[in-house]
Amino acid sequence: MNSVWIGNIDPFIRSFDTSNEKILEITSHKKWVSVHPVVLCMISALGLFMRKQGAKINYEKMEATSKHYFHRMGLFELLNLDSEMKITSHESSGRFIPIKQIKNSEDLEDFIKEMIPLLHLEPKKVEPIKYIISELVRNVLEHAFAPDGAIVCAQYYKKSNTLRLGVADTGVGIKNSLQLFYHPRNDLSAIALALTPGVTGTTKKLGGVSEMNAGAGLFFIKSLAKTSRDFLMIYSGSAMYKLLKNPKNRQIKLIADPLKDHYSSDNQLPYWKGTVIAIDLCLDQTIDFKGLLTSIRKVYSDGKKKLIKERYRKPKFI
Amino acid sequence: MIKIKIFDIAGSFAENKDKARDIRINIIIPNLDRKEKIILDFDKVESATQSFIHALISDIIKKRGAGSLNNIFFKNCNEIIKKIIEIVTEYMQDSV
Repeated sequence: MNSVWIGNIDPFIRSFDTSNEKILEITSHKKWVSVHPVVLCMISALGLFMRKQGAKINYEKMEATSKHYFHRMGLFELLNLDSEMKITSHESSGRFIPIKQIKNSEDLEDFIKEMIPLLHLEPKKVEPIKYIISELVRNVLEHAFAPDGAIVCAQYYKKSNTLRLGVADTGVGIKNSLQLFYHPRNDLSAIALALTPGVTGTTKKLGGVSEMNAGAGLFFIKSLAKTSRDFLMIYSGSAMYKLLKNPKNRQIKLIADPLKDHYSSDNQLPYWKGTVIAIDLCLDQTIDFKGLLTSIRKVYSDGKKKLIKERYRKPKFI
Repeated sequence: MIKIKIFDIAGSFAENKDKARDIRINIIIPNLDRKEKIILDFDKVESATQSFIHALISDIIKKRGAGSLNNIFFKNCNEIIKKIIEIVTEYMQDSV
């Protein structure tokens, strides 16, 4: 790996080799490595999972100068790898959230409280960030059945004024999570369903809601990414769905059906057991959260009605 | 009239659904059963997730009907929280 961001993550995922379940090989470019935090989440989640299965982690010592970044983000510590780096840790003022393993509701609550000061951002700008982290991690805790929980980390990039966030798990994956009630035909259909308002794996009633879920969380997050004209990537099983940046000259219109958005996808990727989500959030303009909620309200309601209507049976006149 | 201070239980960012469910099951429902009116006071709560509000009230609307909203009052909600409550109450009534 060399440079991996959401925009160019496809070749990285395609090159992910799952043929040997006994060994996890972690290698990197000798001179230069620059990656989205989601990559660190993926390596961490996979490392924790494979080690539990009795696999060995072969880590090729990093030579690139950016190895210090990986160290500070806590990759080597989490996986208990000897990085051979001796770094004096300073007060976290680098505007990053190191890799964190979240296994339960209390961990998440503590994490949200602790992470915000690390970003050194104005309170208004952290609202969507808190919202996204809460919804994404709770999805893992409630639907993924991942023994290692959710692996999260983030980095704020001053030059682009963008927060890049990753969440990964090695749980059952979206398709299995929705299998009971929706029977998605493949991983891409499953991701599309999960992004559709009113679809949740906890109730069989289409467009219905359960005591704890309404199938709105991922739709909210997609809407946030779309409104800020940023990327959102979901990789689960053999499929990846990527919401592409909404062009600046194009009016933003929230759409219930994710397959009608400006997106790219691949349904034949190396199999990821679980789910990986990455999002970029440009903080140039404070998101009009209130306005966004008004739009979401309408699309959610219309989308749900459409979804229910699609399942209506028509009378057969003969 | 029973007042529940959400901040005291869920903090300034109300996102913990388990806590929302606990409020619903242990405080709201028993008091509604006693024909009490409930005030959910969001004073000092800066933000809440849709998931939290859903876990807090959706099952009440689902099981007791939209009329249950006549006995639940939302106090000191900022604009964001108001919007989220509106979304949840609306889609729940669509689902009933």
